[in-house]
Amino acid sequence: MNRILAKTQLSDDVFMMKVEAPLIARERLPGQFIILQIDNDFGERIPLTIADADAEQGWIMLIFQAVGKTTHLLADKNAGDCIESVLGPLGQPTHIDRFGTVVCVGGGIGVAPLHPIVKGMKAAGNRTIVIMGARTKSLLILEAEMRALADELVICTDDGSCGRKALVTEPLKEICGRVPKPDCVVAIGPPIMMKFCAEATRPFGVRTLVSLNTIMIDGTGMCGGCRVNVGGETKFVCVDGPEFDGHKVDFDNMMKRLKAYRGQEDHAHKQCHLEQAARQKGAAGA
Amino acid sequence: MSHMTLETLGAAAARDLEAIERREKPLTPKERLAVVAQEMPTQDPQIRRRTMGEVALGYTAEQTRLESLRCLQCRNAPCVDGCPVRIDIPAFVKAAADGDFQGAIGIIKRNSLLPSVCGRVCPQETQCQENCTVGKALKDPAKSVSIGRIERFVADWEREQGKALPPSVKPETGRKVAVIGTGPASITVAADVRREGHQVVMFEAFHKPGGVMVYGIPEFRLPKRIVEAEINALKAMGVEIHTNFVIGRTRKLKDLLDKDGFDAAFVGTGAGLPKFMGIEGENLVGVFSANEYLTRVNLMKAHDFERADTPIFRSRVVAVLGGGNVAMDAARTAVRLGAEAVHVVYRRTEKEMPARIEEVGHAKEEGVIFHLLQNAKRIVGDDQGLVTGMECLRYELGEPDASGRRRPVEVKGSEFIMPVDTVIVAIGNDSNPLIPRTTGGLTVTKWGNIVVDDTGKTSLDRIYAGGDIVLGAATVILAMGEGRRAAASINALLKG
Repeated sequence: MNRILAKTQLSDDVFMMKVEAPLIARERLPGQFIILQIDNDFGERIPLTIADADAEQGWIMLIFQAVGKTTHLLADKNAGDCIESVLGPLGQPTHIDRFGTVVCVGGGIGVAPLHPIVKGMKAAGNRTIVIMGARTKSLLILEAEMRALADELVICTDDGSCGRKALVTEPLKEICGRVPKPDCVVAIGPPIMMKFCAEATRPFGVRTLVSLNTIMIDGTGMCGGCRVNVGGETKFVCVDGPEFDGHKVDFDNMMKRLKAYRGQEDHAHKQCHLEQAARQKGAAGA
Repeated sequence: MSHMTLETLGAAAARDLEAIERREKPLTPKERLAVVAQEMPTQDPQIRRRTMGEVALGYTAEQTRLESLRCLQCRNAPCVDGCPVRIDIPAFVKAAADGDFQGAIGIIKRNSLLPSVCGRVCPQETQCQENCTVGKALKDPAKSVSIGRIERFVADWEREQGKALPPSVKPETGRKVAVIGTGPASITVAADVRREGHQVVMFEAFHKPGGVMVYGIPEFRLPKRIVEAEINALKAMGVEIHTNFVIGRTRKLKDLLDKDGFDAAFVGTGAGLPKFMGIEGENLVGVFSANEYLTRVNLMKAHDFERADTPIFRSRVVAVLGGGNVAMDAARTAVRLGAEAVHVVYRRTEKEMPARIEEVGHAKEEGVIFHLLQNAKRIVGDDQGLVTGMECLRYELGEPDASGRRRPVEVKGSEFIMPVDTVIVAIGNDSNPLIPRTTGGLTVTKWGNIVVDDTGKTSLDRIYAGGDIVLGAATVILAMGEGRRAAASINALLKG
């Protein structure tokens, strides 16, 4: 059982939670993730990235968007509540080195896992450029944290409500066109964003890492549900990843695989909203 | 063959047994050979196609005694040579024949820790029962004494009578052993090491202990309450179990010894990454490893559409690739989930299928369709990436290969498309790289299996291994045998 120490709502459906997990906090490195399960009998296991951690105080930070049944149930929990199962840290840590100039691109909720990587890259002595994007201003997360870390920060929103009115690929291309060009790009966000970031850097020949978040059950290599096609080979995101060379990932196949259970997930999500509404109505009536 | 109910089979056995008991003289060997081989009572195939409940219902007490009376009590006991843990089979069968079920289970437990499990899932026909003199005399291996079914009965009897007491534990020694994994090999090590008074801590990556017995083998073949009883017995002995704890990630293997005060460790992490064929289309939506398909149902309860949050693909027509027990489990699970047609596609003939004969029989009774001497060439899909069919190729048997089995050879130009919406791949597992990758100095084979010496020790001091992580895909009983050997070595190490 892992206790929730603090919860903050970052936007309409994005939440930040500090969760007691001393063993994971001690071992975790940038790029790694956890799998959590709210109800050990009938709950599902979902992978979530680790946004931050404190080994001394024994907590990890999760930032998640309430998009499905389990994330909704999680969002309903409060400080003092417990999560039945938290497993981790999983996946291969990010390869952090002194590359020179590193561009870190985060889209939406992808800014969360990017945060420890930016921290790590900065600590390793890299000049760190951060590009963060969201649909609109209210959905931008960790802006202050990124501003404190980055040597250069570019903010983009789809509607222009904050920073540039652009997709993250625009400034990414411009930066790749600089002389000297950056040494490494790390892009984390929705699959479509990562796909286009990889396409944006490809002509410049800049190494581009992407962090994939696919359907998983065990997270330790046993089920193969998370498999992706990388450079013509089948790889497991949980043990071979989650980071891969973005220029080699078959994003189209991955996006189709992510939709495998869409019908059932939508149904569960809808039920969850109905139940939530019924509970609220009940509470209001009482 | 029409389905015989438990009541019919039980009543017939009761009559036969009564007739034998009225006799004054013991049965002659010839008379023993004439006793009717007892059929395993099962759920009606039409009913069980829609439920997860156990298919084989278990012998009645009378059936057990009657079947045991078929044993000739051979002095050379060839059955014992076929048993990986060398249970004194004639002795326990004799006790069962006498109705001394407590005596029978006591004899089994001297060698085996998981008789309720092994009685259900051991491939007896290629182990103890393959050598049975009765089967040989009747010129039909299927007529061998059903040793496994007798074992299952006496083990269940003991548990249901509440007589299965956890083994006694010697006074605490103050030594501490880590057991990685909670499957059959690990359970065996935990029990054997704990008995000697050493503290035992088990680490399980999933949220429930039991390993393959919980995530892999379906409820209809091995009810989870039986596994739970085994786990509870360990807990009653004082074994500590940490779930949601993956060694190599949550803690490195060597840190357990160097920093956390463990005196020895046993690695029983089991079979790892599911193998895929490396053919076109294998990452389409609707292609699953059997591990994934079975875990969703067995561990995550996805068959309970109402209550479970874990989704499962709603298949209409399923092809399962492979001929082992896992393939049978996946095919029979698909039947229960409501698929209209389930096909098993296997490259060789039924004779070479590694699955237990009983499982193949049960699958057929439940309507699974077998396609032998065929194999998948590629999987085809639509523009949404959904599987629409599987291109297969026919094979014929050619010259014998190194194993002596006739090698299947492709029939050129025999390609055809089997229309399916789901493909389940059950062709085995590669070993899991997690522990070798995070444990410097641990020697593995080129397939990634951990190398051990004949005491079960790895290349690292105080670290032992056993089960599928050493053997590749094997059986519960072999894993248990490996566990016993490693436990004996660990106990010897800690004594010194």
